Amino acid sequence: MKQVLEGNSAVAEAVRLARVQVISAYPITPQSHIVEVLSDYCATGKMDARYLRVESEHSCLASLVGAACGGVRTFTATSSAGLAYMHEMLHWTAGSRLPIVMAEVNRALGAPWNIWSDQTDSLSQRDTGWIQLYCEDGQEVFDTTLQAFRLAEWVNLPVMVVMEGFLLSHTYEPVDIPEQEEVDRFLPPYNPAFKVDTKNPFTVNSIAPPSIYMEIRHDNAVAMDQVPERFDDVEKEFEVLFNRRYGAVEAINCDDAEIILVTSGTITSTARLLLEDLRDRGEKVALLKMKMFRPFPVELVCRALKSAKKVAVIDRNFSSGAGGIFLQEVRAALCNRQDRPLVFGYVVGLGGRDVTKAVLEEIYKATKDGDVPSDKSVWIGLREVKHAIGR
Amino acid sequence: MRLDADEREFMCSGHAACPGCGAVIALRIFTKAMGENTILVIPASCTGVIVGVYPQSVMRIPVVHAPMPAGASVASGLRAALDMRGDTDTTVVAWAGDGGTFDIGFQALSGAVERNEDFIYVCYDNEAYMNTGIQCSSSTPYGAWTTTTPGQDWKRLRKKNIVEALVAHRIPYVATANIAFPEDLVRKVKKAKSIKGSKFLHIFASCPPGWRIPSEISVKTARMAVQANIFPLYEVEDGVRYTINYKGKQRPVQDYFEVQGRFSHLTAEDFEQIQKMVEEDWELLQRKAGDQAADACIQSSSAKRAIKPNKVF
Ligand SMILES: Cc1ncc(C[n+]2csc(CCOP(=O)(O)OP(=O)(O)O)c2C)c(N)n1
Ligand code: SF4
Repeated sequence: MKQVLEGNSAVAEAVRLARVQVISAYPITPQSHIVEVLSDYCATGKMDARYLRVESEHSCLASLVGAACGGVRTFTATSSAGLAYMHEMLHWTAGSRLPIVMAEVNRALGAPWNIWSDQTDSLSQRDTGWIQLYCEDGQEVFDTTLQAFRLAEWVNLPVMVVMEGFLLSHTYEPVDIPEQEEVDRFLPPYNPAFKVDTKNPFTVNSIAPPSIYMEIRHDNAVAMDQVPERFDDVEKEFEVLFNRRYGAVEAINCDDAEIILVTSGTITSTARLLLEDLRDRGEKVALLKMKMFRPFPVELVCRALKSAKKVAVIDRNFSSGAGGIFLQEVRAALCNRQDRPLVFGYVVGLGGRDVTKAVLEEIYKATKDGDVPSDKSVWIGLREVKHAIGR
Repeated sequence: MRLDADEREFMCSGHAACPGCGAVIALRIFTKAMGENTILVIPASCTGVIVGVYPQSVMRIPVVHAPMPAGASVASGLRAALDMRGDTDTTVVAWAGDGGTFDIGFQALSGAVERNEDFIYVCYDNEAYMNTGIQCSSSTPYGAWTTTTPGQDWKRLRKKNIVEALVAHRIPYVATANIAFPEDLVRKVKKAKSIKGSKFLHIFASCPPGWRIPSEISVKTARMAVQANIFPLYEVEDGVRYTINYKGKQRPVQDYFEVQGRFSHLTAEDFEQIQKMVEEDWELLQRKAGDQAADACIQSSSAKRAIKPNKVF
């Protein structure tokens, strides 16, 4: 049934329908509505789950590691500083091969304080071994959260469902919420690969010396490498029941385009509008939406960008000293391909600055007119400021 | 000596500890008192190594290794999972060193016991970060040498009173214990196991290399800490009812300090000052235990303050 929900509530509904058994969370704007709704569901019996009201994000993820070792389905949500505070546990979760699902609401990292949308928080955790899926609208947030449990439990890796703060978390949209029975058909009860039990004593995560650590990590790599294929399988199952499908990447008009814009998250929706306009004007332009960031779907990206002359990667995130993070990954994916396109990179919208159609059109023009891409990302829409340190 | 504990051993031989390791003695007695329906959560510490390197384990009960700050939080989640599975027979135990308890794990511990998580949290206290090479922790006592309080820069700060910090959370049960008093330890473990909610056991566990003592006096040294009132044996129920468990043979602090190389730089003056500090703490504790008795007395009659702690030994 269609309901008008904010993105945060869409997450909470998916978690309820996924019959999560242990939830642990620590509040942070703009994630807080998710945990408020879920703690209410646990308190009122709308969910048969334990809600752990932990004192920090480190403990939050640590408690879910304990719960997942105990063989139950687990969920948390966080953002920005909270995610950074989890860093040690992010590695630990993936290393333990625990299928924990997290909603990550993108928010800028301080200093200075800023609570608005910026993907640097999740992207700077790219090497922690979590699958990362970026969402564009409320329906995708809901669907991806459900899919995340199926995927995580299939490959025994944790999944981060990433959505932008306010732009998705606090925006109300119609979201189709299925019945419990339908969800149960898609997502069977969790059948853990292992669970700690006194009847069958074993040790979890004892010291692994150099003679075995590499093999354990390689196991992680093999599991991660399967993800694009497994995600496709999950989406096929999902589509049969719910008639919706997203793809690890979505290539729109890429076959005959000269210039392809590469986006993720909500900027994609704006880019879709621009694409229509430009196509109407006869421009040979296309759009590649990146949903999956980890693992980076190299094959799919290269296939989509194959025929283009130029690619413009648009990043609402920034790695100081290296530029936009999607830009780095797209360049790395293409570097060994023949006839690869020129790759231009743009940094936009940091700390929640609005990314309008006009901004994207400026990027398109700059790419079309540019001969050689800059090594660095080009910053769009910078204002003149008087106070600058360290110039 | 026969202990009122499981005949079976839950810790096998072949562990990786130094000879005379107090942590091992503590763990062996503790697990015998707990029995097989026990899961250990072990944050990074000497015990994390002692229990075995992959693919071997010396434990016959399940062990979940945890990051150093996460003993109490991993245990909380595991308890929640067992509850959801309907497993009420199993006791979850977090087993952490003093560094993992007093310092980096303190926030998680405080959070977990504030929620009154149903687990036993054990801090085996060897008074420094031993696993990383005898660095100072907030449990390191006044006067001690460690590798980060070297030479004349020995620690001139008092040991953090972790028991009182836990008591302040008003959890159902907090107790101190010592490897040299195994019957008392077993009794406290069993008591902790029988109580619902958060239980905290603080077990004094000597460390021969860290304390610069020969391994054969490991237990004796731990015993002297009790006799000198440096590590009193007591328990606190519901954050208010204090019971002192040992008032046997007494010793001056110097006896305890003199046998340990980590205190070899201390002078007679230092001993005098430490003796005063210990007496001050001991009196404070007696007053807490005694005030209880006094209150009870005042209610029943107008009898004088009875500062007579319960005696177990
Ligand atoms: C976050 C983090 N910081 C530092 C360490 C390194 N480390 C491992 S064990 C340890 C000391 C443990 O000391 P304690 O808890 O007192 O136990 P002990 O080794 O003395 O038995 C340290 C500092 C770590 N594992 N994790
Ligand atoms: S260093 Fe101390 S605590 Fe660690 S194993 Fe050796 S004796 Fe035990």
